[in-house]
Parts: sequence; structure tokens; C-alpha cells
Amino acid sequence: MSESNSDCGCKKAALAKSESAGSVSRRNLLLKIGTGLNAVAGALVGVPLLGYALSSFARTSKTSWITLGSLDKFPEGETRLAVYRNPESKAWDGDTAEIPCWVRRVDAESFQVFAINCTHLGCPVRWFQESRLFMCPCHGGAFYEDGSHASGPPPRGLFQYEHKVESGELKVLGGHLPSLAEPMRKEES
Amino acid sequence: MLRSVALWLEDRLHLAKLFQSTAGHKVPPSTNSWFYVFGSGTLLCFVLQIITGTLLAFVYQPSASEAWASLQYLNNEAFLGWFLRAIHNWGSIFMVAIMSAHLIQTFLFGAYKYPRELTWVSGCVLFLCTLGMAFTGQILRFDQDAYWGLGIGASIMGRVPFIGAQMVHLMLAGSIIAGETLSRFFSLHVFVVPGTIIALLSLHLRLVLNKGINEYPTPGHVVVKETYETQYEDMIKKTGVPFVPNVIGKDLIFSAFLTIAITACALFFGPAGPSGPPNPTLIHTAPKPDFYFLPVFAALSLLPAYMETFLLLGLPVILIAILILLPFYSGTGEKSYRRRPMAVVIVMLGLLTLGVLAYLGTFTPWSPHMEAWSNATTPEAYFQGRSPLELQGAILIQSKQCRNCHSLGGDGGLRGPALDTVATRLTGDQLIRQVIQGSGNMPAYGKNLRPAEVTALVAYMETLRPSYQPAARVASKH
Repeated sequence: MSESNSDCGCKKAALAKSESAGSVSRRNLLLKIGTGLNAVAGALVGVPLLGYALSSFARTSKTSWITLGSLDKFPEGETRLAVYRNPESKAWDGDTAEIPCWVRRVDAESFQVFAINCTHLGCPVRWFQESRLFMCPCHGGAFYEDGSHASGPPPRGLFQYEHKVESGELKVLGGHLPSLAEPMRKEES
Repeated sequence: MLRSVALWLEDRLHLAKLFQSTAGHKVPPSTNSWFYVFGSGTLLCFVLQIITGTLLAFVYQPSASEAWASLQYLNNEAFLGWFLRAIHNWGSIFMVAIMSAHLIQTFLFGAYKYPRELTWVSGCVLFLCTLGMAFTGQILRFDQDAYWGLGIGASIMGRVPFIGAQMVHLMLAGSIIAGETLSRFFSLHVFVVPGTIIALLSLHLRLVLNKGINEYPTPGHVVVKETYETQYEDMIKKTGVPFVPNVIGKDLIFSAFLTIAITACALFFGPAGPSGPPNPTLIHTAPKPDFYFLPVFAALSLLPAYMETFLLLGLPVILIAILILLPFYSGTGEKSYRRRPMAVVIVMLGLLTLGVLAYLGTFTPWSPHMEAWSNATTPEAYFQGRSPLELQGAILIQSKQCRNCHSLGGDGGLRGPALDTVATRLTGDQLIRQVIQGSGNMPAYGKNLRPAEVTALVAYMETLRPSYQPAARVASKH
């Protein structure tokens, strides 16, 4: 730019050169400030957004004791399907708020409460009274009546719920989908 | 008048220039081939999916309590709602199929080699995004299969080391499958993944224009980094023809047939599902994924348990890495599949494996037939000439649910061997041991059968052999 107007004298050319150099460094400064400001602003809005989107990763849900009904619903030596309502259910959960589980009453005092989900890939296992087996429809896993692994691909026995008997009712710590990473919910101390 | 409007538009929008650098760009005449129609075919499917998906969203309720009912409304009451659902379903099936053809064609034609590495990489990610659309779409069809499909997804997440429980939570948006889970998958299916696809697709097409479309490979014509681009540019200068109108004809014909095929399938076969309502207490269900995931579903039943977690979490990562990095370890050299026998073998073996697994996945021979013990019939010949004890055993085979896994006369489960000729394979003692202790995939029935029941059961099974075949015997005794 300064080379083109050589007839204007070197003073003017030098002025133009220093001016343009000055404006370049000023532009650089503004660019830096602009980038920095946007980084701050981006973090200001981005961190909460990420926090919102990934909040379920932190697992903040609470456990609570849920009743499966009075003890006489479960005859001794039998295994019955019980249904409870998810304690954290929302108004728009519809049918998904009703969670099934298998209750085995071993004798008057002792129970086993099994999750419905096969330990292989979570499909619903069915109880067969005559052969005293739980069978899974997905990949053919089978479990004995005490929940232990009988055959097929499942890597372990059925998931169980923590349970207790209180004022004539059977209660479980329910409301979560058991997985190999978190087979059972424990009561918070 | 018309001319002045056209000129005004041209002046403002520079349409002629735009045309020359996009649709009218020059391509090698060898690409005027039926093998080059799959990319535009995939694009057509995607556009169709966007249109039908948007229209379905006019009615669909992304709420766990109402999604199923809104699908029923679409199927049965909304004007042509069933047809929209059918096109969206068949469009997705065709999109996965045509995209696979596109992937195989570009692989076999060496299109991923220098300098088109990024075109390949973006295409691979687009392929994964499309599979993501298929899975999330299956969840939006919020029925029993979708509910238990989420359970399967969560079970897989639960196998992630260290952060498994957190991953399950992240996927389900909470401790358990519920309303928020569906909303999450709705957002992924309708906003996140399609947005990613549009962005990647723009890059993919930009790269096709930047680096030119891959010429039809000739055996012996190898890619050398130093000379390839000059050679390609020379070829375009000498023999290049504009894509529109010279080459687009075959794409147009293929796209038209594709649209007709999707519409015809939609008309004849109708929409998919929804199956039963997403009520987890209705446990009499046998969940099954859509056909794209049947091979995985089948593999999970057939593999030994010890390698399952690796197969679920490790193998996909390795396979995807091998696929995406392909141009970086095989970026030069021969392009033609005629000189790349291993490439052809890989494609054939891959298709064969997927095909066999998908076939097995459709009739799941490993699953017990849950109703066989009460439904399956027994041929009359299997009762004739039997003693009362043996007949008692025949009843026990039924009532003790043996037939959920074992068939008689071709009726019953396929999990265990058919029992029609069991007496030719096992002696009485072996049968007793097998029933009481079980082994392999058979549970032990020792605790659930009284001794008298075992005697009757085995007495009956010892009669199960054709008259022309001798009974099994213990070799050491004779």
C-alpha cells in the first residue's frame, strides 16, 4: 500500500505505514479480547448447559421403601408376581411407572424378591411353577427358584431387591433398573 | 418479463457460477455407471425420512403415557397416518440397506484412498449416525419391544467398567425406564442426530466437490500420492463431463425406482407395530429388535459368556476404528477390486455372517417356547403300546415344561435336542443322570422331581426311538 504512492514523499509513506501497523496491533488486541470474552461467555452458558444435559450421570435419585402389599398375598413356598409403583414416577410416565417383580416366600419369615430383568440383557423372566424355573424369552437364560443361575448366557443369578417385613407388609427398596454395575440398591445411611 | 426476472435473480444470486461449481461440476465420464447411484439413493431416503418424520411429529406425542395411543391414532384414525408411518418405517429400512450398498461399493472401488480420506471418514460417521437413528426410532415406537429394548441397552451400559451405573443413569435419564427416557430419545432422534447428519452430509458433499468423485478404477492403475492429483485434474480437463446433465440420469432413474419401491412396500406391508403397550407388568412378551440389530441379538445368544462383555463393548470400538482408519493404513496402491481379493473376501464373509445371524435372529432357536408345555401336541404314535408308567412319563414331559426346550414330533422348543430319538443316544442311567443333575445348557431337575416321577419320565423316554434303530447301550457292559 505504501509502496504505490511513492510520489507523495517518504514522510507520508512512513506515516501511513506506522498507522497501518498501529491499526493491525489494535485489531490483534481487539481480536484477543473478543476471543477471550467469548471463551468466558461460552463457559458461562456452556457449563450449566452441560451440567443440565449430563445431570443424570451423577445419579442423584434417592431410594425409599415401597410396600408390595400385605404378607398374606404371598403364600408360603410359592413365587408370585408383585407390582409396585415407582416412587419417583412423574405424571407423564403412564404405564411405565408400574414395576413388576417376583416375590418368593421361602417360609413364614423369609422372602426373596427378584427383579423381573434377566441378568443377561434385562428381558422379563417368567416363572414356571411346575418346573420351578425362571425362563427368559430373549436368549434362553434359566434360573432356579432361589434365583441362582441354571443355564444359558446370563453371567449371574437373578438380581434381588433389599426387602424387609414391617407391620405385616413386605417392603422393598425399589425404583431402579438393576444392572451388572449396580445389582442392588442399598439403604442410604 | 420472465427473462428480466431470471437476469435479476442471476445478478443477485450468481446462479450460473453456483451451478458450475456444484451440480454442473465436471466428473470423469467413467463414473456414469450404475455402481455410482447408491450415494444419491441414500440422500433421497434421508430427505424422505425428514419429510415423513416432520409430518409424523404433527401427531406423535413424545410422552410415555401417550406415545403408544398417538401411534394407534396414526395407524387407525388419522387420515393416511398409517401410510406416513409405513413410509417412514420402510424409508429407514431402505436407507440402511442402500447406505450399506454405498459403503460396500466405495470400499470395493477403493474410493477411500488418497486424497479422499475425509470423505470416507465422514461417510463412516454418517453410517453410524444412521444406525443411531434406527435404534432411537425403534424406541420412539414406544411399545413392549421398545421398553425391553431400552432394558437391553441399559444392561449393555451396565457392563461398562467403572462408570457402568452412571452410564445406565445417563442413558435412561434416571434410575429406571420412564417418561424422561422417552423424551431423551425423542430429542436424540428428532434434533441431535439429524442435526449431526445434516452437518456431516454438508462436509461429505463439499469433499466430493473439492477432491472430485472417484474415477471408475481400472486394474493396474495404482494410486501414487505424488502424481494422483495432477493425473486426475488432467483427466477432468481432457475428458471431464458436467455431472448435470450428462451423468445424473442414472441417479434420477435409480431414485425414482427407490421411491416407488418404498411406497410399494409401505402400501403392501403397512407400518411396523406398535406391538403391545409399553407396560412392564405385561411380562408375557418376547422382545425382539428391528432387523438391523437382529445379527447382534443373535450373536449375543450364541457367544460364550466370558467373551460377551468384550463383544458388546470392545469389539464395536475395534471394528469401527479399523473401518474409519482404513484410508490411513491402506491409502495408496491398487483401487480395483479385481486386484484386491482380500477386500472381496472381507465383504463376502461379512455379508454371510450378518445374513446367517439375522436369519437365526428371526426365529430364535435358543429361546424356550414359553407356551409349548401347554400348547404343543404329541403325535398319536408316541402313545401307542405304552405301559401306564410310560404314559405317566409322557404326561410329566408335558406338565414339567420339558417341551419348552425339547420338541416331540417337530413341535416344541429348539433350545435342547429333540426327544424323538433320545433312547438311541442315552441309556436309562444316562437319562436319569441328565434329568437329575442337568448339564451344559440343561438345568438340574433333581429338586423338582420326586423319585417316582423321574422313574416314569425315564421309562417313557426309553421308548422314544424308531423301531429300526437299537437303543443306546453301555459299551463296557457288552
